[in-house]
Amino acid sequence: MTATTEKLTAKDFASNQEVRWCPGCGDYSILKQVQTVLPDLGRPKEEFVFISGIGCSSRFPYYMETFGMHSIHGRATAIATGLKATRPELSVWIISGDGDSMSIGGNHFIHLLRRNPDVNLLVFNNQIYGLTKGQYSPTSEQGKITKSTPMGSVDHPFNPIALSLGADATFVARTMDRDPKHQQAMIRRAYDHKGTSLVEIYQNCNVFNDGAFEVFTEKSSKKEETLMMEHGKPLVFGENADKGIKLDGFKPVIVDLNDSAVSDLWVHDETDLVKATILSRFYDDPADENHFPRPFGVFYVNSKKATFDELFNAQIAYAKEKMGPGDLDKLIAGKETWLVN
Amino acid sequence: MTATTDKELASVVIRFAGDSGDGMQLTGTQFTNATALHGNDLATFPDFPAEIRAPLGTLAGVSGFQIHFGSTKINTPGDQSDVLVAMNVAALKVNIKSLKKGGVIIANTDGFDAKNMRLANVPEDKNPLTDGSLSEYDLKTIDVTKITRAALADSGLTTKEIDRCKNMFVLGLVYWMYHRPMENTLNFIKSKFSKNEAVMNANLKVLNAGWNYGETTEMFANRYTVAAAKMEPGVYRGIMGNQAAAAFGGHLAITGSSGPGIALKGEAIGLATMLELPLVIVNVQRAGPSTGMPTKTEQADLMQAMFGRNGECPVVVLAAQSPSDCFTLAFEACKIALEHMIPVFFLSDGYIANGAEPWKFPNTASLPDIQVHFAAAREAGDEPFMPYLRDEKLSRPWAVPGTKGLEHRIGGLEKQNITGNISYDAANHELMTQIRQEKVDKVADFISDQTIDTGEESGDLLILGWGGTYGALKTATSILIEEGYKVSHAHVRYINPFPKNLGDLLKRFKKVVVPELNNGQLVKILRDKYFVDAIPYNKIQGQPFMSNEVVAKIKQILD
Ligand SMILES: Cc1ncc(C[n+]2csc(CCOP(=O)(O)OP(=O)(O)O)c2C)c(N)n1
Ligand code: SF4
Ligand SMILES: [Mg+2]
Repeated sequence: MTATTEKLTAKDFASNQEVRWCPGCGDYSILKQVQTVLPDLGRPKEEFVFISGIGCSSRFPYYMETFGMHSIHGRATAIATGLKATRPELSVWIISGDGDSMSIGGNHFIHLLRRNPDVNLLVFNNQIYGLTKGQYSPTSEQGKITKSTPMGSVDHPFNPIALSLGADATFVARTMDRDPKHQQAMIRRAYDHKGTSLVEIYQNCNVFNDGAFEVFTEKSSKKEETLMMEHGKPLVFGENADKGIKLDGFKPVIVDLNDSAVSDLWVHDETDLVKATILSRFYDDPADENHFPRPFGVFYVNSKKATFDELFNAQIAYAKEKMGPGDLDKLIAGKETWLVN
Repeated sequence: MTATTDKELASVVIRFAGDSGDGMQLTGTQFTNATALHGNDLATFPDFPAEIRAPLGTLAGVSGFQIHFGSTKINTPGDQSDVLVAMNVAALKVNIKSLKKGGVIIANTDGFDAKNMRLANVPEDKNPLTDGSLSEYDLKTIDVTKITRAALADSGLTTKEIDRCKNMFVLGLVYWMYHRPMENTLNFIKSKFSKNEAVMNANLKVLNAGWNYGETTEMFANRYTVAAAKMEPGVYRGIMGNQAAAAFGGHLAITGSSGPGIALKGEAIGLATMLELPLVIVNVQRAGPSTGMPTKTEQADLMQAMFGRNGECPVVVLAAQSPSDCFTLAFEACKIALEHMIPVFFLSDGYIANGAEPWKFPNTASLPDIQVHFAAAREAGDEPFMPYLRDEKLSRPWAVPGTKGLEHRIGGLEKQNITGNISYDAANHELMTQIRQEKVDKVADFISDQTIDTGEESGDLLILGWGGTYGALKTATSILIEEGYKVSHAHVRYINPFPKNLGDLLKRFKKVVVPELNNGQLVKILRDKYFVDAIPYNKIQGQPFMSNEVVAKIKQILD
């Protein structure tokens, strides 16, 4: 990592390309937060690479004054893995959507997470295909009426956080477009983590799925419906911070803090996979009675698992140490040769 | 000891055939190595089922390995064999049609018992070893299983382990018949089974038993010698055709597969064309469509390489003609990809990939340089970087991440020429489409001219081939020339773009015939490009051309 002399600003990370998302789209906020965080990382622009798949979200690299590649639907993960493996010194970011990551790219998505290259994956989840004009996606809720599901979708949706934990991801977090500070914090945490960092960002597509996350993002309901997780802090939520989550064995329960002490609450531990798994399943429909609040923040961090790029390059180094540097002539000659006079 | 006579032969074709579990591929490979070390020129053709454990004893489970070796130049594995080793009745049934009349059959009698006959669908009363049906051949029957078991009676191995050594008996016997050196195989066995001494000793013992069987029985009146071939002096090795995603980061990206895998990579090849980054795509063609016939050869992916992507998506296409040519042309593919910043298809096929031949390999110092330029860093006051500004080859700069001042974005969307910005401009799209085509066409300025491989520079008929049919077409052409026909053979290795002189060369012949292992693909491209009335000659059986069938076809056209 090289330190830059002059301090960069957010503007330095904005390319000269006109941003073409719909006015009011949640993608603008994500672009702004990324451009705000990058100057604080103390690295020159040329060390950042943004690789995206296909979708509205995937237009992102064009707007960043860094190296970028707008690649193939669902395959940015594979291209980024190749780049990070061969150029481990670069800071590699993947930009993807819910369709890009979980429909066509579902396979690459889970393999990226299990391999754990040191890259950051931002999934803009708007629960819809935006670019192709509003078809249901693998995160759309069951019963959703869209152009491709005129009578309502019969598909059961993915839970991206649970899916990531299932794929042995080493950093799993959720944030939302409407909370710039929280988003910045999550982007920064993602960058700081060594290994693949998955950040699911609830992003409003105001054209094809407006208000999908309203209950979590609107001031009037946010406190009641969200659970802002912080490492080492008790799980408290509610309009007046008057509710909490307690663990009864492995069973989470909502308690009223007017009757229960804060000291009895579940204290969030990012390093606990079992607890992260329980929290990932707080995925109820907010319309259900007795539903759990939706968690935001870091669910899980595992900083012990080796990264793919480390293992990959260490193996090459080991092979060189064991067998000496490559000798092309020896390789071409093979094991057996004979002389013709 | 019986006296055997040594007979000198110019060339021999041997086919080892047995059940998939009989180790025929290993036997063939060992014999090939010994023969190469003996100094013969050679060509091989392994033909085996795709299943790793094909049904035992059945016709579908037969695995064959043919080797043609000699003191003269050997171009093909041979149309017909002189010797057939048949480990069971199924192997005999499948391969007898390709044995020359009067040829030697070495049959393992144990593989012709009632059970094997049933599995091979041979009626009980029709045992070919006893019913006289093989009277036109020189039949040698040996109970290989029995002899092997007897030799290893006190080896401490299980019957199953003992029976696995049967192929070594046959190998030893054939080594004796053809005066091959055994050291190589002895060393191979020692190193392969170094961790299991009992198995090692068993294999060594049975190999020697096979040799001694030839020496002590009176079964064989003749042994044969095949003198070393007159080959260009130098150091050689054996080569098989199959020995031979990070481009944005400044590395050459190479990907390899066969047809179905290439179909999956199609979108990425389109992306690489749009990004104008170096990429080599290797397709070892096999019979298709879909999964088709894995392990069986075909040349039916040429159109896929040329056109099998969405949009106007031209790429460079090269096709190797033999195992050793795989090296030369793979090197060329990398060189073109890097120097022209372009995706390059490298076509091989199952026949080349599995075949082997002696190869006078180059040393790296003698290989041409590959010129790679990375765009240089820029300072604040410099002109802005233009990712799609082109040089005389029309290739754009390779600007790798991490280089100061070169931050830029590329992607699958159409680019504005020079700036590389997204552009939906109508005229620009047409311009960029033409540039991508011209860039491929320009490669023709950097490749060698098409030459005639065999025959005169003009004549009655040109046999124009590509890919793994090289040896068969060359041999066929020589036969035709000897018989007085005015026939020549040329083999195209650069298919997109073609060498600049190809059109002129075609005009010098009254007829052009294009033999291909497909339903007519190169012929379509030639007709389109040069407006020649080229005659297709197609075989689509998952099997290579035989020289004699090519000879017959050409005669039919000419007579
Ligand atoms: C192979 C392939 N199939 C289909 C498409 C069409 N397509 C473009 S974007 C998209 C869905 C994008 O959805 P998402 O990832 O959620 O991105 P968003 O536009 O919502 O940000 C689809 C299906 C494509 N580009 N490529
Ligand atoms: S369609 Fe939706 S996701 Fe796409 S730019 Fe418009 S608002 Fe944003
Ligand atoms: Mg989406």
